[in-house]
Amino acid sequence: MPDRSASTRRLWPTLAAPGVVWLVLLFLVPFYAILAVAFGDLDPIFGNAVPIWNPLAWDFTLFTEIVERVFGGELGKVFIRTFVYVGTALTISFLIGYPVAYYVSRRAGPRRGLLLGLLLAPFWINYLMRMLAWVNLLQADGYVNDGAALLGLERANWLDGRSFTVIMGLVYGYVPFLILPLFAALDRIDQRVLEASRDLGMGPARTFWRVTLPMSRQGILAAGVITALPMTGDYYTADLLSGSPRTSMVGNQIEFYLFEGSQKNAGASLVLVLSVFLMVAMAYYMWSTDRATRELR
Amino acid sequence: MRALTRRFGAWAGDPWRPPVVLAMVTWVYVLWSIVPVLIAVQFSFNSGRSRSTWQGFSMRWWWGDEQRSLFHDPALRQAMINSLTLAGLTMLIATPLGVGLALGLARWRGRTARASNLLMLVPLSTPEIVMGAMLFLVFDNLYTSIPLGRPAMLLGHVTFSVSYVVVIVRGRLLSIGRDLEEAAQDLGATPMQALRTVLLPLLGPAVFASLMIVFATSIDDFVISAFLSADASSETVPIKIYSNVRGSPTPALNALATAMLLGTTVAIALAVWSLRLFRRGERGSAVEDFARLDI
Repeated sequence: MPDRSASTRRLWPTLAAPGVVWLVLLFLVPFYAILAVAFGDLDPIFGNAVPIWNPLAWDFTLFTEIVERVFGGELGKVFIRTFVYVGTALTISFLIGYPVAYYVSRRAGPRRGLLLGLLLAPFWINYLMRMLAWVNLLQADGYVNDGAALLGLERANWLDGRSFTVIMGLVYGYVPFLILPLFAALDRIDQRVLEASRDLGMGPARTFWRVTLPMSRQGILAAGVITALPMTGDYYTADLLSGSPRTSMVGNQIEFYLFEGSQKNAGASLVLVLSVFLMVAMAYYMWSTDRATRELR
Repeated sequence: MRALTRRFGAWAGDPWRPPVVLAMVTWVYVLWSIVPVLIAVQFSFNSGRSRSTWQGFSMRWWWGDEQRSLFHDPALRQAMINSLTLAGLTMLIATPLGVGLALGLARWRGRTARASNLLMLVPLSTPEIVMGAMLFLVFDNLYTSIPLGRPAMLLGHVTFSVSYVVVIVRGRLLSIGRDLEEAAQDLGATPMQALRTVLLPLLGPAVFASLMIVFATSIDDFVISAFLSADASSETVPIKIYSNVRGSPTPALNALATAMLLGTTVAIALAVWSLRLFRRGERGSAVEDFARLDI
């Protein structure tokens, strides 16, 4: 019979308290700070953002201005460009990632452990180092151009602001994050279900389309969300591989407003708009993480 | 010719044939994902200044060059020291916070507990740029007594690390179950004693894995650090790479990135090894557990 005294009931909340307090002070309050700055004022003399902490006094004029520039203004182009980049990069990532996840989870045989280790390797190679590697390879006298020259192609300047380079950079950067949830989902499918499908006369192609693919739907969703969230907020990939305003993404605009342009209210407003766009994806991710950690063995 | 076609047809129609195409795609992907990094490592040993044309092997950029090598350049050394200190302190603060939170959330019931659980999950799904912006704005406007730079960076790193610890520890807690703890209580232990003598020792490997993973994610982090860094004196290794890549850096930058790669590799290897400890005698492998963590 477990103890039900007052001290027992207090034990668990007490253990959780420091972490909860920490997250309130350094996660919840900071989120409120974004609202206070976005719905705040500008200093009449210096023009810098002045946060308003009292929600009843919030002033939405500056925020509305930014929203108008997003819907129909020049910021809208940046949002559309971001979504096109992320959409294209995600599609390419799935075309690469799904076959890889499928092979390693179901068909790799004795090499499965080795391959899984290799799939995990990019996780602890710093993202910026992986981009640094490509900046080196894509230099005018780099290996990529050397290879192109061997094939008789012209040397190109890959780093002068090309959408192609940025999208390929995003794919390279985020594919590993997409493969793992796919791997986990495909790995869970019971082999007997696939055998049953074959015994009932379906060929490999139809088994894939009618059994494997539908059964991995949840993994596909999770993989898409896990990859799309950081990709949409990415600014360093575009910065490192292009640096041109022609390939600027939402993240670049936020970074610019917060630091170089010092229009912090505009930066905060853009963060809010971006968060609203990503809300559904974030909610889904939280729900699936919660479920996954509860099911973990 | 016809025999060949028929043989190809039989081969393509055999559901148990070795998946040659899939295997090829996978190996090409693995090479593509790793070889560029190996080339970057290789160029840290270049004897010339170029990071794109190989001019022969030397240790010049590691310690040979008296001014600009990784070992001698004060700015690069400072970045390494900053990264290691930040990761070490983050690990020491975030792990106890996260272990406490995981234990508490696993047993504590009620509305506050559910709200706390939600609060723990949100940071996991928040894009880094949103988290970086909110932390920057709060230190800039509200917690003005905490200066941007190392103190703010430490607080920021702990904030995004706590939830990772909870996820790792909670997974282990669920697989331990409540039986041993309740047995201890039936034998007269108070819940506190049961926690200290039964549960915490069983959680040892998960706690160690958390320490290592927090260390690795902290060293790896770029966005939060960059948003909260004040000036060159608080720059970490990723910030240094970011700010130097498009300039005219020397292969010493590659050496810096390689050194950091070594650091995280050791941390992750230790984490996998400790996860394997508590898998002893059970089916599957630690690497697979790791893959399923989804973080």
